[in-house]
Amino acid sequence: MSISKEPILKVKDLAVKFNEEKILDGLNFEINEGEVLAVIGPNGAGKTTLFKALLGMRPYDGEINWRKDLRIGYVPQRMEIETDIPLTVLEFLRLRGSENFSKEKAKEAVKSVLLKEEILDSGLGEVSVGQRQRILIAWALLGKPQVLLFDEPTADIDISGQESIYQLLHHLQDKYNLTIILISHDLNVVYKYAEKVLCLNRRLICFGLPQDVLNSEQIEKLYGGGHAFYHHLGGHQH
Amino acid sequence: MEGILPQLLVGIFISAAASLLGVFAILKRMSLVGDALSHVALPGIALALFLKINPFLGALAFLFFSAFGIWILEYRTKLSVDTIVGVFFTASLAVGALFIPEFEILEALFGNIAKLTSTDILVSVALSLALILVLLSVHKKLALHMVSQDMASSIGINSKQLEFIFLMLFSLGVALGIKFIGALLMGALIIIPAAAAKNISKSLHGFMVLSVAFGILSAISGVYLASIYNLPPGPIFILSGTAIFILSFIGRGIFKR
Repeated sequence: MSISKEPILKVKDLAVKFNEEKILDGLNFEINEGEVLAVIGPNGAGKTTLFKALLGMRPYDGEINWRKDLRIGYVPQRMEIETDIPLTVLEFLRLRGSENFSKEKAKEAVKSVLLKEEILDSGLGEVSVGQRQRILIAWALLGKPQVLLFDEPTADIDISGQESIYQLLHHLQDKYNLTIILISHDLNVVYKYAEKVLCLNRRLICFGLPQDVLNSEQIEKLYGGGHAFYHHLGGHQH
Repeated sequence: MEGILPQLLVGIFISAAASLLGVFAILKRMSLVGDALSHVALPGIALALFLKINPFLGALAFLFFSAFGIWILEYRTKLSVDTIVGVFFTASLAVGALFIPEFEILEALFGNIAKLTSTDILVSVALSLALILVLLSVHKKLALHMVSQDMASSIGINSKQLEFIFLMLFSLGVALGIKFIGALLMGALIIIPAAAAKNISKSLHGFMVLSVAFGILSAISGVYLASIYNLPPGPIFILSGTAIFILSFIGRGIFKR
């Protein structure tokens, strides 16, 4: 019982380098089971890099400690595929190689992201961008994840489509008791759906409850004037 | 006419393996690399002829070595692999052209399936079969890796290892095709049936099945027509493949959409 009080993820002094340039530096944060953590920051702040480090897809310094035997699902920001790629949605889901995969499981998965089961026979390249994003979520759900890492697409999806994706994530969170870490470009989303927010610009700019940390000064630091925030940052640690 | 059966057998197995490779080469959009890679076989053949060993072994050794080189380059340098491959592999075509004895050059460039020993037949069929089996056993991971490397690595698929396996299989496929179709046309043996299949298939399964079917069809017509008109089978193979490609391109309008 006491185990579930332990954070599901603890990150300590995380740093990621690319060709000697530090893309991420000195990150410390924790997330508890069932929480929604939103990662925000300007372009090039290292948000996707943070995800890749969390997924073990790229080397890093420091510590990333997930709770033991955790299943993590990943929904990438985008998928560059040709519109005429010969691959059906069903086949794409099958490629995941999940245990006991069946067409029934695939139907369940697409229904749980509120798509019609007929979509399984469509080509992955011919469905709309919004539908494809739901398919990517279904793909991740097939692995029965306890944690979902969701990288929000920047401009592909219209506002109403984006809104319904978050409603969907919210619904999935309740249904499967998911812990969700999401990258967002939209502060409204953060206020509405996130319990915690992590502001990132290569370093940790702020971390905490949205209403506490998202004041205008922090936003200014995060998105405004290039060098200013490093100057202000001295000693800002958690 | 008595020689046509072994030729058919070898042609069918080699092009089945090659056209299955083509499916993944197209998914990975590496048709150009594949084409250039096949030229590397030439210096290998030249060296083998000089050392009086089986040209297949020379070609295979050079191909494996170059594929390994591509694999290293892809991860170790910031240079574009396409550029490096384009320069060095075309250079190896030139080296091959200079050093392969004149009476062998045509065979190395365009293949010669007429003089097959029983060892040739056995080795070609067995290796083609092995290639097909290995490829089928990793095809899901490979397809996923080629569709989205991020998603593949997020579920713990080792991209480097997978690419290595694919490049080695590719090299083996090219080496096998040298005898049948020659170093110059080998890239086409891999790409054309798959390109035709892609035109009219909507699913990966259909893509794979049709590609192999088109490959086999081209091989049969290549060997058969060549024996009737006393022509080299390689070019006929490519021409039948191209005819299928054109038909599939027309069919694309009917089947798709």
